[in-house]
Amino acid sequence: MVRLTRAIEFSTSLRYALAGLSERENRQRFGPRARQHGHNYRLEVTVRGEPDPRTGMVVDLKIMERFDHRDLNCDTDYFEKQLPTPENFVRVIREILADRLPGGVVLDRLRLQPDADTWVDWIEDETRP
Amino acid sequence: MIQLTRCYRFPAAHVLSREDLSAEENQRLYGKCANPGGHGHDYGVEVTVRGPVDRHSGEVIDRDHLDALVEERVLRRFAHRLLNDDELFCDRVPTAENLARAIHERLEAAVAERGEARLARVRVIETRKNFFAYGDTA
Repeated sequence: MVRLTRAIEFSTSLRYALAGLSERENRQRFGPRARQHGHNYRLEVTVRGEPDPRTGMVVDLKIMERFDHRDLNCDTDYFEKQLPTPENFVRVIREILADRLPGGVVLDRLRLQPDADTWVDWIEDETRP
Repeated sequence: MIQLTRCYRFPAAHVLSREDLSAEENQRLYGKCANPGGHGHDYGVEVTVRGPVDRHSGEVIDRDHLDALVEERVLRRFAHRLLNDDELFCDRVPTAENLARAIHERLEAAVAERGEARLARVRVIETRKNFFAYGDTA
């Protein structure tokens, strides 16, 4: 079995705001994060599996370019009911990537890093489905 | 499973030497790290917590709360200090291994006090070449 990690970076804007709340309530609840701001996200994708003897292991991350120079709240429909925290964002990315991997390749771990001093890891939990 | 890691930094000094050993023996064991005047590092500390993502906040732990805990229990305690002077190191040498363990001990219960997040790991980065993890190192 081989583990392979690929990384990409994308620059994306976001704000912590819930559709059901007024502008003022959002600002009260989420502080400066309720204002539109942005991050240079770094995403590391680790997969594991048996490499195809002819092609090796192919992990295409082009799909993630949909977030580059976009706004998470306005340009995607993932964050209408949940905040674009790194924890929620990494789970969205997991769903996007999970069914786009070639056969025999399993998503092992994702690391999403909004800034140099913060990151979240999604780690496959074999004890849960 | 989701875990969050935040990184912090503090400058501190230490001397690696055991009181029960002679100066020569300490020099042999710890090399230049035993120089009696001490030396210092800009320590990096990575604190990793794990838990369910809260449905309302969308977070494993509140960042400001975690930052405040680390500030109060780690940074204020160790920054700009000689680690050997700290009572935590009265019976153990302040190596980065022991520092990682001491930081873990100072944070574990405090993190668990509020919410469902639990401390998973503390990693101390002593230099760009040496780092030490304590806790769940998976």
